[in-house]
Amino acid sequence: MGPALVALGVVFVYSFVEVAHYSLYAGSIGQLTYVGFSNYRELFIDPQFVHAMFNNFRLLFTVPIVTILSLALALVINTTFRGVRAYRAIVFVPYILPATAMGLSFSYILQGNGILDGLLKNLHLSFLIHDWLGSPSWVMFSIGSVIVWQQFGFGVVVFSAALLAVPGETIEAARIDGANWWVVQRKILIPQIHRIIEFFVILQAIIVLSSVFTYIYVLTGGGPGYSSGVMEFFIYQNGFENGSIGIASAAAVVLLALASVLIAIYLWVRTRAAKEVN
Amino acid sequence: MQHLRNTLRHLLLIFLCIISLYPVWFMLSTALKSQNNYVLNPMGLPYHPTLANFGSVLTNWPLLVWVRNSLVATVVSVLVSTIISIMAAFAIVFSRARGRETLFRVNIALMAIPSVALLIPMYMLMIKFHLINQLPSAILFYIGLLIPFSIFFLVNFFREIPIELVEAAYMDGAPHHRILRSVILPISGASTVTLVIVNAIFVWNELLVALVFLQSNSARTLMSGLTLYQGRYLSNEPLLMAAAFMSIMPLGILYVFGQRFFVRGLTAGMGK
Repeated sequence: MGPALVALGVVFVYSFVEVAHYSLYAGSIGQLTYVGFSNYRELFIDPQFVHAMFNNFRLLFTVPIVTILSLALALVINTTFRGVRAYRAIVFVPYILPATAMGLSFSYILQGNGILDGLLKNLHLSFLIHDWLGSPSWVMFSIGSVIVWQQFGFGVVVFSAALLAVPGETIEAARIDGANWWVVQRKILIPQIHRIIEFFVILQAIIVLSSVFTYIYVLTGGGPGYSSGVMEFFIYQNGFENGSIGIASAAAVVLLALASVLIAIYLWVRTRAAKEVN
Repeated sequence: MQHLRNTLRHLLLIFLCIISLYPVWFMLSTALKSQNNYVLNPMGLPYHPTLANFGSVLTNWPLLVWVRNSLVATVVSVLVSTIISIMAAFAIVFSRARGRETLFRVNIALMAIPSVALLIPMYMLMIKFHLINQLPSAILFYIGLLIPFSIFFLVNFFREIPIELVEAAYMDGAPHHRILRSVILPISGASTVTLVIVNAIFVWNELLVALVFLQSNSARTLMSGLTLYQGRYLSNEPLLMAAAFMSIMPLGILYVFGQRFFVRGLTAGMGK
């Protein structure tokens, strides 16, 4: 127990205290001056930070999309047929691959006149051609799509496993009563796995709020302009490229506060689920 | 009707598999092309496939140094965090210490803390200890980041072990470390492998911490090295894709042989 407490104490508890502490100072390393809460005030009138936070919220749109798409596929393949395991294994692959390497690949696929645009042209869909990463109005959509690409297989596997655990008799009983496929899914299967769906949604929300740095860094570097900046990227840039430790720390505290809300919801859902089992 | 539905389902799945694997296929097929071949025909099959890009990356880039750094970081941080977490999870499940349930809940909350929020204080701390630009700085941070999920995973596993097994050993007067070694560990093999794989993927794929803590070329990990050379070789697509493909190969090989460990481990966060 001791070593774990020491490690968690240093990496988490010490960091929480220190990041809050640094958020009250301005200046660079070695010459910090106390400024109270003015970093926070500056943060919320800084168009870059406000935009970054807004982008994180926009990425929340990927959560229902991933959830619905992967749940739908899990329901469709919720029977035994030839190759189902292989299909599932392949769809899961993007989830294990490093975002850095895949981001490099996507940067060529999505760039203006890149692979996707070439494909659209060949399909006579030229009106859909865009500079997917270079246009301020499309860039977040493109990044969101890459996130959906990576998370989709995870959802399929999670929901498939949950559906397999639903007792067969319940479904049989409904079928005998004359319920059709759609009614069985909606009235029986989905309600049976709603806890897992809740967990999945919260987890995805936490991911798009606080762990999409790699995509931004590799795909766009925050650009064009600052149109694809997110909070993590803002913290990285201010803390380690501009040397504004105080502003970066204040942004980190805001991010922690937002993450805490989601974590609290997660813990609450867990407790409720545990009570139901007992 | 049934037949048609089946065919449609297969077509849908094949389409999804193509989308899932296309970026990997693009990586590989581009890596096998010459620069000229890519410019003339970016989408098609390689015309006269060549391994020259792989050779060039291996000889002209510090790729093997980065691979070694990634391997060392992965092995050391996974090993240390697993050992620490086994001891902690054992205490949470089998000891009678007060506050262990609270500790477990706090631990679950820590699983979801974004590492970027801890980055500045940890960076300052590493400066104090003169560890910046040295592999141990990232390794120490990774150990801390891996522990919450590891404890969570192991506690859930230990709770499935019949309590009688442990109590019988207690009655015989066996000390804690002996119970852990001769009762718990022998039945934990598959779970430990699963945990090790999940944690290894995390460290191997991690970018942000590596980027900030390891900025000298000799200390970079593979992922941060890739981003450095992204800027330098952006217009040499085949070369970058060869390097990127080599960085995902170890995961691909592991996945083919140990798929069930990946799936079980990576979906564990959805359980209890």
